[in-house]
Amino acid sequence: MSITIYVPCDSAALCLGADKVASRIVEEAEKRNITINLIRNGSRGLFWLEPLVEVETDKGRIAYGPVQPSEVSSLFDADFLTGDTHPLALGLTEELPYLKKQERLTFARVGITDPVNLDDYLAHDGYRGLKNALAMTGADIVKHVTDSGLRGRGGAAFPTGIKWNTVLNTASEQKYIICNADEGDSGTYSDRMIMEDDPFVLIEGMTIAGIAVGATQGYIYLRVEYPHSFQALNTAINKAYETGYLGDNILNSGLKFDLEVRLGAGAYICGEETSLMESLEGKRGLVRFKPPLPAISGLFGKPTVVNNVISLASVPIILDKGGEYYKNYGMGRSRGTLPIQLAGNLKYPGLIELAFGVTLRELLYDYGGGSASGRPIKAVQVGGPLGAYLPESQFDTLVDYEAFAAIWAVLGHGGIVAFDDTVDMAEMARYSMEFCKIESCGKCTPCRIGSTRGMEVIEDIMKGHDLNKNIPLLRDLCNTLLNGSLCALGGMTPYPVLSALNHFPADFGIADQADAA
Amino acid sequence: MTGTGNINSKVQANVQAIIASLKDKPGALLPILHGIQDELGYIPAETVPAIADALNLSRAEVHGCISFYHYFRDTPPGKTTIHLCRAESCQAMGSKALEEHVKSRLGIDYHETTTDGAFSLEPVYCLGLCACSPSMQVGNEVYGRVSAESFDNTIKQVGSLS
Repeated sequence: MSITIYVPCDSAALCLGADKVASRIVEEAEKRNITINLIRNGSRGLFWLEPLVEVETDKGRIAYGPVQPSEVSSLFDADFLTGDTHPLALGLTEELPYLKKQERLTFARVGITDPVNLDDYLAHDGYRGLKNALAMTGADIVKHVTDSGLRGRGGAAFPTGIKWNTVLNTASEQKYIICNADEGDSGTYSDRMIMEDDPFVLIEGMTIAGIAVGATQGYIYLRVEYPHSFQALNTAINKAYETGYLGDNILNSGLKFDLEVRLGAGAYICGEETSLMESLEGKRGLVRFKPPLPAISGLFGKPTVVNNVISLASVPIILDKGGEYYKNYGMGRSRGTLPIQLAGNLKYPGLIELAFGVTLRELLYDYGGGSASGRPIKAVQVGGPLGAYLPESQFDTLVDYEAFAAIWAVLGHGGIVAFDDTVDMAEMARYSMEFCKIESCGKCTPCRIGSTRGMEVIEDIMKGHDLNKNIPLLRDLCNTLLNGSLCALGGMTPYPVLSALNHFPADFGIADQADAA
Repeated sequence: MTGTGNINSKVQANVQAIIASLKDKPGALLPILHGIQDELGYIPAETVPAIADALNLSRAEVHGCISFYHYFRDTPPGKTTIHLCRAESCQAMGSKALEEHVKSRLGIDYHETTTDGAFSLEPVYCLGLCACSPSMQVGNEVYGRVSAESFDNTIKQVGSLS
């Protein structure tokens, strides 16, 4: 009888040596004449334990980690295939508190299945949402999504159902579904994990979206920095075509949906939906004026749904279990769950999917275990490079779109980057301006020129030059960026800059908050 | 104008084949540019007229697109390209010091290639490995929790620098 062993193929496991661990396990099993069935699963998202090796037993899957290639033979020596006495043994994976306390809806299969095995996907409730959707009208599908309360997980938090409804009700011979997979925010990796670890759920979500609004062509606009996602998506898409889940006649319904992955080319701005569409059309990624909304005139001038990976990957469970089921998670106007990503200087960084309403402090300390360096956490940046920096006094903020907006911060895509007390917040503010300078598309003046001037004025401030003049100048400049920019890149760069200045004035050479005004 | 100038005829034929296989896709320019860079490692200026001709664009439009995107390059890269993450999560885990080490170890700055042609160094703004910061990509391989020491070991294994 062969024993099943799991070694993740998620790139975060690979970057810590998972491939070497997998090949060592195969070698060692051969040497000892043990028949094993090695499965490359996705990651559970407990990254301090990667590479996390699991062994299938009668009781469930037993976890070992972090396993180094040099430790593989000692695992076999300790008979890890039948017992769990090795020092790296962690017990049943499902019982690990970090995992057990989560509410995994969108990530239900991630880390459990072989990502590109369609049978595995089907055995774990895959394509149930699509089957339900095929028996409904487009308007009914949209109603489920609207009822679920799902809001765009890319960061803007626009209600997904309303967007779909606009496309549904805009007559056109050709409509498009675009998945925005240009996940460029530092501290975020949930899109990457879905694409690498459960690509069929994204394909299913996009297919449902196509059927709902009457679109026959989908594009996944994927950042070139994600080669493993590119590979997993294409493998899964090919299998979906072979088995009738994509193509001219989806599951013999007579409905058509084609899907193609297109690669970006290292431009952060192409995560902005209009810039993304310009790029898909084969142009420089310059931001477009809105209106017209993409839902009315989007890709090639046609009605287009543009949704983030997590939004689309949340659709199958909504269609499987109903909009009400999803809506019962969460708080206020933030319904459902959010896959939160802990990153930066934390002891236990990882993927935590929970209903909205958890506090930042619980995430940082109960899950994250405090800083990796052991020093106090001085600041956290939530929502990527355009998100505000939050000081310790704001750690009780709830994970909720409105609660973050109320303190002039953004939840964005749910990425949380922690910094210990060695960080210089003036330098982080300078970097925000530099990033805006590097990534600006150049179309509007506040962003194109303001970012360069902003970097210069912060450099002056860091040298202590003329603070009485330069601090108000920086604020004035941020005001111009906030109100005068065409899109969120210029429009939100003031969030990290001003939050750093307001919460950490000492780092700018200012004694207290009053002087910072 | 369809000539491809100084690059040799075999390369020219490859480029023409890439263009022919992709030009009928909607929004074909980025797929073609990726195809050429995958094949040659860069997009030689000599290929621009052929691309422009096939897509009925001006050469300026094609050049403008190549120069807009950080990933596309018009000069040959070193044998191995190192993408070092500069983004916030990696900064929170000491990437600035690592960056200094990498630059001095290789003797080059970002966007440069070592004199022996072994390595090119490029910044990257997030590899999505933020739970394993600092991170980098060397060739096709990704590395997490990179230290000065582990960087040196990786470079020794990958390249010709001793």
